[in-house]
Amino acid sequence: MPGTSDPHLKVSGVALGFDGVVLLENIDFQVERGEIFAILGGSGSGKTTLLRHMIGLDEPMRGEILVDGAPPQLGSRAPDCGVLFQSGALFGSMTLGENVALPLATWTNLPRHAIDAVVRSKLRLVGLGGFENHMPAELSGGMKKRAGIARALALEPELVYLDEPSAGLDPITSAELDELLLTLNRGLGTTLVLVTHELASIFAIASRCIMLDRDAKGPIALGKPADLRDHSKDPRVVAFFNRKPAVYEAVA
Amino acid sequence: MRATGQPSPRRTQPLTANLSATPLEWSVARVDTAPGRVSLALAGRLLLHAAPEAIARMRGLVDGTVERLQFDLSQLRTLDAASAALLLDLRDELRERFREVEVTGAAGRVESILDLVASSPPGVEARDAHRIPPVLEQVGRETANIAGSAMEVLEFVGRTFVAVGAAARDARLVPWRSVLSLMERTGADALPIVALITFLVGLVSAFQGAITLHRYGADIFVADGIAIGVTREFGPLMVAIVAAGRSGAAFAAELGTMRVSEEVDALRTIGLDPFPYLVLPRVLALTAMVPILTLIGDTVAIAGGATVGVFGLDLTFTSYLAETQLRLTFWNIATGLIKSFAFGMAIALIGCKFGLATRGGAEGVGRATTSAVVTMLFALVIIDAAFTVVFYAWNI
Repeated sequence: MPGTSDPHLKVSGVALGFDGVVLLENIDFQVERGEIFAILGGSGSGKTTLLRHMIGLDEPMRGEILVDGAPPQLGSRAPDCGVLFQSGALFGSMTLGENVALPLATWTNLPRHAIDAVVRSKLRLVGLGGFENHMPAELSGGMKKRAGIARALALEPELVYLDEPSAGLDPITSAELDELLLTLNRGLGTTLVLVTHELASIFAIASRCIMLDRDAKGPIALGKPADLRDHSKDPRVVAFFNRKPAVYEAVA
Repeated sequence: MRATGQPSPRRTQPLTANLSATPLEWSVARVDTAPGRVSLALAGRLLLHAAPEAIARMRGLVDGTVERLQFDLSQLRTLDAASAALLLDLRDELRERFREVEVTGAAGRVESILDLVASSPPGVEARDAHRIPPVLEQVGRETANIAGSAMEVLEFVGRTFVAVGAAARDARLVPWRSVLSLMERTGADALPIVALITFLVGLVSAFQGAITLHRYGADIFVADGIAIGVTREFGPLMVAIVAAGRSGAAFAAELGTMRVSEEVDALRTIGLDPFPYLVLPRVLALTAMVPILTLIGDTVAIAGGATVGVFGLDLTFTSYLAETQLRLTFWNIATGLIKSFAFGMAIALIGCKFGLATRGGAEGVGRATTSAVVTMLFALVIIDAAFTVVFYAWNI
């Protein structure tokens, strides 16, 4: 069992890409236990690709990704991390209850009634109490994400990855989701690593962030969001945090 | 009384190995503090996989002598959300049996998890799940739907003919460039597979016929049978089946994808009618190409028959060809071509119809394509039967 002072997630010297072409390199950062860490960047900067590597869906070309001191591994044992995909990725042919129960039924020996009780509590936890028998197609976008979070939390992971949790949601629903993430982080102590480009989300919940850039082929900034906004001299970072096309000033 | 959680041997299977890595993690002890007052002291780590066992153990530790019960969590180091949920469920269950049941002593992370699980953050108000209708109602609805979709097909055919009529008055309404590329895709590109299939069908039918005819010394009639059978039935039908599988399915998938990615709606907002723009070129291309492919297929199938005649029977190529020419009338070929013309139009119309009616994302495209191909094959058989009856009645 790793000590609580060790970083929860450690990414060192990672380069990633496909077919011998490097997309991103020199990625180095650590995520502490219980932190909410954001991966920022414009479209096509490789945020989601980096996330896929951290989850273990893809292998880095160079470098090392360690979760609790071990590289991520999928399939051979119960996953230590939960993942919320951008669309929620709920299994369309199963009810919400079955979606959340699937990891429990696969990786634990819990009796049926205990699984049912856990599933009910997970859905209540994400604000979907009483939706056990609904099909994913009956849900709105925000509800699908909540259900996706419930499934990600099913095996009590200490680390949850989220790919653009606010994508495709209206600002109110998006703020409610941020609130839920913050509640879960504070209440359960779960470490959250999220990919996003929503400034509102970043300032509301992220304790630290890393910013990726397509042209730089790697990270261009790492630190607290407010520090980067107020003190960074890098024009790309300044532009990201103060997105305000010239035309706005003309109108104002 | 003291009970200790030992993972059962079952849990050391590789699948669950890392969920039960620690051999001794939780314990629960009953302490009778006063008559009727009982405290269940939990200690250690209470995690997901062990929780049901621990809950069962706790349930076994309480009996009729208890009046006031408390779960003492002061010695509990770790608790996860699932175990918290099960513990709270047990508390609620026991509250019905005993006068007072409380959870006490929780601190730090254990307390915050218990509070979160007990309170449940505000969420979405529950509503009824979608109702699955009973079997009889489903059958009734589906039957009513068939009538509805028959009307839709009729409307679709009508709108296509209106588009054809408009195009006949003004040829510039037809996007000829896409008609040509569609003709290449559905015609020229399909030639190898059409040739292979019709050759084999000609070969196999000649072989089957030859077995019987050879016994009567009537080898030469293989040529007659193949000539008539291929031009009237097999040629048009085999080519149509290939066209349905290759082109018809592609039409449904293409238009279905355009439909779900809102491209069809975008066309309409630009002021382009999807009928002349998307449907008409496909109908024109396939209606033109299926008869041409059929003509080629007929020829190749007869060559397949001749191969059996020359190599399997004692016929010369010349005599086989002469017999074929003698038997083959204009109407044999013409009826086949009329059929294949109808086949091509039906395949294109059904493919476009199902494609444009697609709903429900990527999954919907797959569904639309499958139903389109099934409907096409059904339509081919019906059209074939209808034409055979009509041609027989007209004696051609």
